[in-house]
Amino acid sequence: MKQSVFLGTLAAAAVAGSFASATTLEDVQAAGTLNCGVSTGVNGFSAPDANGVWQGFDVAVCRAVAAAVLGDPMAVNFVPTTGQTRFTALASGEIDLLARNTTWTFSRDVDLGFTFVGVNYYDGQGFMVPRELGVSSATELDGATVCIQTGTTTELNLADYFRVNNMSYEPVPIETNAEAQQQYLAGACDVYTTDASGLAATRASFETPGDHVILPEIISKEPLGPLVRQGDDQWADINRWVLNALIAAEELGVTSANLEQMAAGTDNPEINRLLGTEGDLGAMLGLSSEFARNAIAAGGNYGEIFAATIGEATPIGLARGLNAQWTQGGLIYAPPFR
Amino acid sequence: MAMDSGAPQRSFTLGMLLYDTRYRSYTIQIFALILLMLGAAWLVDNTIRNLAALGKDFSFDFLWSTSGYDISQRPIEYDSTYTHGRAAIVGLLNTLILAVMACATATVIGVIAGVLRLSKNWIVAKLMTIYVETFRNVPVLIWIIVVSAVMSESMPAPRDFRGDTPAASMVFDAVAITNRGVYVPGPLFDNSLGSFNFLGVQPSLDIIAVIAVIALSIWANVLLLRHAAKVQNATGIRPKTWWKSILILLAPITILLFALGFHLDYPELRGFNFQGGIQMRNSLLAMWLGLSIYTGAFIAEIVRAGILAINKGQTEAAFALGVQPSKTMRLVILPQALRVIVPPLISQYLNITKNTSLGLAVGYMDLRSTLGGITINQTGRELEGMMLMMLIYLVVSLAISTAMNIYNNRVRLKER
Repeated sequence: MKQSVFLGTLAAAAVAGSFASATTLEDVQAAGTLNCGVSTGVNGFSAPDANGVWQGFDVAVCRAVAAAVLGDPMAVNFVPTTGQTRFTALASGEIDLLARNTTWTFSRDVDLGFTFVGVNYYDGQGFMVPRELGVSSATELDGATVCIQTGTTTELNLADYFRVNNMSYEPVPIETNAEAQQQYLAGACDVYTTDASGLAATRASFETPGDHVILPEIISKEPLGPLVRQGDDQWADINRWVLNALIAAEELGVTSANLEQMAAGTDNPEINRLLGTEGDLGAMLGLSSEFARNAIAAGGNYGEIFAATIGEATPIGLARGLNAQWTQGGLIYAPPFR
Repeated sequence: MAMDSGAPQRSFTLGMLLYDTRYRSYTIQIFALILLMLGAAWLVDNTIRNLAALGKDFSFDFLWSTSGYDISQRPIEYDSTYTHGRAAIVGLLNTLILAVMACATATVIGVIAGVLRLSKNWIVAKLMTIYVETFRNVPVLIWIIVVSAVMSESMPAPRDFRGDTPAASMVFDAVAITNRGVYVPGPLFDNSLGSFNFLGVQPSLDIIAVIAVIALSIWANVLLLRHAAKVQNATGIRPKTWWKSILILLAPITILLFALGFHLDYPELRGFNFQGGIQMRNSLLAMWLGLSIYTGAFIAEIVRAGILAINKGQTEAAFALGVQPSKTMRLVILPQALRVIVPPLISQYLNITKNTSLGLAVGYMDLRSTLGGITINQTGRELEGMMLMMLIYLVVSLAISTAMNIYNNRVRLKER
């Protein structure tokens, strides 16, 4: 009996691990769709709209990669993952790219065997409380009941923060954002903590967002970015440079509106190299020369995507802040296309 | 030696392995065994190759590294500076606490419902039928989530207890039912004996003393009753024991509790939550009630089957001797029915133990949520964590099975 259990484990592991035949790029091109891991539903970042079409800031990364690799931004098979299942899904080959507001940390990059291809949102962990509690600072939260999503860095930051400030708390571990929202609104916890962007997105979906305040303390650095499996450098490079192309397009003033005009040729050689009218950057990646052009055509440049999904004009209403271009005092910065 | 068996001697040929019925079964068995071993070898090899391809090694060192996460329900001392191994032990204890609680209540519910379903009272019997059929035909996870949702959505929040005219109030000023769980008074000892260190766990000496005294009292009472039975057998007159029993059972524990300065610690609203007393969290209550009422329905059917398996003549014989119906059930029917009931009951207990792993759905921090959930996620050791978790569940289940089999051997029919 003991042995059969052991074999069962190995069988499961073996099935899960049976990839590594062709390169990821060949696999994706052969399948004709990109398997992209997203959240189970965080408004603004990744959630299906009324027609069942996935929309959001992280979804836009998936679509841009699909457009660059397959030429079709809609050729994406979205796989909803929870905080607990996302890494197994990526490691096992169920998904080719994970774009699920995932924090870039040392152990995930080195020990878990993933490669982060960049940062698409600089975030930090915050707290949300009902206004009627009268709390104005996270240091007043001693003894509070806190809802957290398990399997996230927020769980560890929270433990550290309360420990350092010599406060106690009661954790209520929760699997998904939707469940956390329900528990928080029912008053089963006093505080909901996650990345500040996630809090803003969650609050925006409340009936009366004004009844809830996000506390001023940001207790951690949370650089969120897409990631791929370690070991396929070509696939990591493709994803990294598609993200960089979106960022560079904003910096260089290439938008979805003037893309066609710019692609006809400009005086700026960097724009020409980016859009494939000069040089052969695409071929170096194993893609067509128009890969960046397709990626930008999918949802616009980084700034356009930000404005359309989570920016100040949307219900989520996030300011650019740290996520402005480096020329505007932010941290968003793409290496040169050369 | 020169005896002729009469049968023609044929030398052994390879074809006989397949066509001779004396050898064929061995051939098939050995062939199947070789296939099984090849399959196992392929799985092991595949796992090793894939781990190598992922650049991962196979190691349990993560159990000794700092966990970094907190657990709400802690039977032993634990915080985020302890190790992943310690977190797994906390999870295992939570699993066992839940399993024991659910097994006990499920048995009580099951026995009552099973007996009542056979009641001659039409309404009672039909009500029990409805209970059994509703609860065992809906998945247990749904019952757990229903209990959890009802608790968190419809019970008052702790802040509703605040103010001069609060929206909610405590039951008898002692029990607070909130949407975060139920707070009940807990024991406190003024002259505490302290605690000692046992393998990194600090059990309270007070609790141990109380348990020891209660156990000794019960044992003394058993001796007294045995002596009474002996006197009754010898003389036909049973000596009066009730006041001795009461004295033996109550006096020592009362004296001990008085000496320790025992009093109840009532929950009190301080800050965000109730403090003091014992908190039974929503997650525990949801799991406990969900598992109990669900498995109770199965146990009710097992009990009913056990009772129906006893020949009607047994009841009639007991009635003919003038035995009261309640005593007939207790002294004649149930002891015989136990022989039928216990074996399937074992598998229900095992089911409860394994179903505790659904705790993740309501945030109950059992073994699955700690070792199999957060630890695996933070360390990336899926294979090691899953194997260790399966091994622990296997050991726990086998231990329960062994204990119940020993009990079964004691109640089963002794054939001579």
